[in-house]
Amino acid sequence: MLTAQWLYGLAGCLVTGIGLGNALLGSSLLKRVLAINVMGAGVFMMLIAVAYRGPDLAPDPVPHALVLTGIVVAVSATALALALARRLDREQDDG
Amino acid sequence: MNSTTLLAFDALLLISTVSLAWASLASSDERRGVILFMAFGLLLAMAWSRLQAPDVALAEAAIGAGLSGALLLSAVRREPVGLSRTGAEPVQNHEKTDYRMTLRWTVTLLCAAFTATLGWAYLSALSFGPHDGLPRAIAANLEASGVSNPVTAVLLNFRAWDTLLELAVLLTAALGILALGKESPAYQPAGVVFEGLIRWLVPLLILTAGYLLWVGAHAPGGAFQAGATLAAAGVVLRLAGRHRIGLPAGIRLRVLMAAGVGVFLLVGLVLMLAGRSFLGYPPALASLLILVIETAAMLAIAATLVLAFAGGRPQTDVLANTAVKLEASTASGPGPARPAGSGGTSNDCIPEKKAC
Amino acid sequence: MIDVLSSVLLVSGLFFFLAGSIGLLRLPDLHSRLHALTKADNLGLGLLIAGLAVSSREPLMMLKLLLVWLAVLAASAASAHLIARHARRQETGH
Repeated sequence: MLTAQWLYGLAGCLVTGIGLGNALLGSSLLKRVLAINVMGAGVFMMLIAVAYRGPDLAPDPVPHALVLTGIVVAVSATALALALARRLDREQDDG
Repeated sequence: MNSTTLLAFDALLLISTVSLAWASLASSDERRGVILFMAFGLLLAMAWSRLQAPDVALAEAAIGAGLSGALLLSAVRREPVGLSRTGAEPVQNHEKTDYRMTLRWTVTLLCAAFTATLGWAYLSALSFGPHDGLPRAIAANLEASGVSNPVTAVLLNFRAWDTLLELAVLLTAALGILALGKESPAYQPAGVVFEGLIRWLVPLLILTAGYLLWVGAHAPGGAFQAGATLAAAGVVLRLAGRHRIGLPAGIRLRVLMAAGVGVFLLVGLVLMLAGRSFLGYPPALASLLILVIETAAMLAIAATLVLAFAGGRPQTDVLANTAVKLEASTASGPGPARPAGSGGTSNDCIPEKKAC
Repeated sequence: MIDVLSSVLLVSGLFFFLAGSIGLLRLPDLHSRLHALTKADNLGLGLLIAGLAVSSREPLMMLKLLLVWLAVLAASAASAHLIARHARRQETGH
């Protein structure tokens, strides 16, 4: 196990925990969407840390592909969440 | 670079990253939180390039920091209504009941326990030793895959099914955004300085997108990064007040968004009819098929992300707007007064957005 | 020798970034902060890019890095202009 792997992985766990706490306890909808994004970023840190195999070997490409997919899915989920929130806004303002 | 300087760099980077994550979520001003999140994304991109993941670094800088940040920033409102409310609870409850305090403390402790468990699970998984079964299999089959960038090979050949489903997720989000309402009002037409910037920036972005698409076969790059760069060009055009030429209109938009999944499915079905398995490319045609699929995916990703930034159905949407006009003409007399000023046709100027 | 030159350029670029960041934190007004940030960071980035270009020794890479610097220069100047204009309009009330 390389130093970089457990450093970045544990930092990723921390970031995931911070994101989860704020997603559950956040005071506004935007903050919760932000927290879910931060949670995703923490998980990506853990994945890329697992994929790192040192300065001599090429890294494992499968977690990289997973993270790429995850980044695109996260942004599309964020976009849908914000559209839902905007519609919720409009409904609350009207009714 | 010797290992102590690298360790110092890692420690500094990670401390900054975790502090930025904390600060972005703990700040009381929403706009500041979103900007700190964008900085967090950029530091993450630096971490990815340090961990030898340049494809992911490109995608994180373009999509995670740039486009996500733009989306979230456009959702921040000046007055704390709606988005800043969760249900019926007021934002500042001065008489915090004991029940709510214990609830918050319980959830915080549970999250801390979750983080600790996650860390323990991660460390014990790593202690099993390096697994290189998959990397060896990928390296062995790389020449037959049609590209020489292993990440592109995994995304578009070995795990093509996952990428197809991911494009379907993107399409679903786009359908939801289209169904939930009209786009947000356009920005005011750009002044001289911004206009001069976009005149050369947008062609440069389009050129860079094409380059990233082409180079993804043998170097870091690929369809997602190229699509994000194209989407950045569309976002910049919208910010400069040209909200009509960022996205195509009507049926062309739908075709473009469906093209990602559509071309992928078409290639897979044609291969199945030709006797091979679904998405099992013949090695001679693999690089051509991958390029075709990546081009369609890039256009679909760009269209979906610009639509996401626009926030809803484009106003040049004939079918939906005809229905709205019929409704409005039967409901009341003259429509709401339009704000005077910029001489644009239907540009509503929103004061809290910039360039107004 | 090339490495020494490149290190000197990188360190001086970092010094300018430090100056810009201190300006961002300590200056009293939006406009003065914008001034410090754009001037110091553009020059800092230029020196950083010069250091990287010198150490890469390939003319194509040097050209790409120069293009990066020019793009960031123009984009940051335009953004600083937009921010300052928006702030002035808010101060004078449109």
